[in-house]
Amino acid sequence: MSGSYLTILLLLVCAVGFGVGPLVLAWIWAKAYSPEKPGPYKNATYECGLESKGVVWVQFKAEYYLYGIVFLIFDVEAIFLLPFAVAFTGLTAGACVAMLVFLFLLVEGLVWASRKGVLLST
Amino acid sequence: MIDEQLKIELSRQGIFTTTLEELYNWGRKNSVWPLTFGLACCAIEMIATTMARYDLARFGAEVFRPSPRQADLMIVSGTVTKKMAPQVVRLYNQMPEPKYVIAMGACAISGGPFKQGYNVLKGIDRYVPVDVHIPGCPPRPEALIHAFMTLQKKIDGQHLSGADRPRHLNEALPSEFVVPEYGAHDLEPRSNDLVWPLPMSKAVTQG
Repeated sequence: MSGSYLTILLLLVCAVGFGVGPLVLAWIWAKAYSPEKPGPYKNATYECGLESKGVVWVQFKAEYYLYGIVFLIFDVEAIFLLPFAVAFTGLTAGACVAMLVFLFLLVEGLVWASRKGVLLST
Repeated sequence: MIDEQLKIELSRQGIFTTTLEELYNWGRKNSVWPLTFGLACCAIEMIATTMARYDLARFGAEVFRPSPRQADLMIVSGTVTKKMAPQVVRLYNQMPEPKYVIAMGACAISGGPFKQGYNVLKGIDRYVPVDVHIPGCPPRPEALIHAFMTLQKKIDGQHLSGADRPRHLNEALPSEFVVPEYGAHDLEPRSNDLVWPLPMSKAVTQG
């Protein structure tokens, strides 16, 4: 039992070493041969070669999540409704109820989004 | 250091020897990542070079990076207008060392057919050190591949230590080059003294 865990540990060490090893080597190489040359142009914010205007560390509003959720409602609904409709006549009562619960959850989300006013395009 | 003759003799016997310098250069020359950066019609030829017919991937250079932070090579492919020149130099400055430049086509070398234009820079080598110049209007993909091979030869010949080591290994040499600004009549400064005039044109003008 402990032998199998040892294998996992060995794999873990190898996996981490595979990622970290080259980075350490590159760091040692840079210290030994390649001098650092920072400068105002090099450290400047990359903006396709143009000088960046204003402060770079601005916050973006995460309101896009609403579109993500609404998209999920319609997308997931469509994916699962199609096989549901195809297999509808052969379904047991339990499967049908499970599917309706699933649909209810999605519709509930849609109602929530609608009451929040997201679906209106103004 | 191993003697060159001895090395050849050993390889005949089936023993492969190498040096750290050779390994380093071998790795670098086979993974030159260019910057995704096209200026004019030469860029179309550059794109064609990367596609299946000419297959730049054979040289390990098909990964065009969208950020200068990950690029080793800038292919100045096309006419550099004076409006664009500061951006080109700034992008070059933002690339990490070691970095190389291929001036592709007549325009990037000298201004080409637009040399007499008031708004055209007469060669990008006035502001950044160019490693390989390719003539042509535009150069065919084979010419760009030849430029790649020339660059690979150049990288292969660079020494890890010593007085003639390349710029990125030499602390005394700069990594940034002056970015020109828009002046009243021309770019200011009109050229970078560190890279222009080229050694050859210096030799010609001084006799």
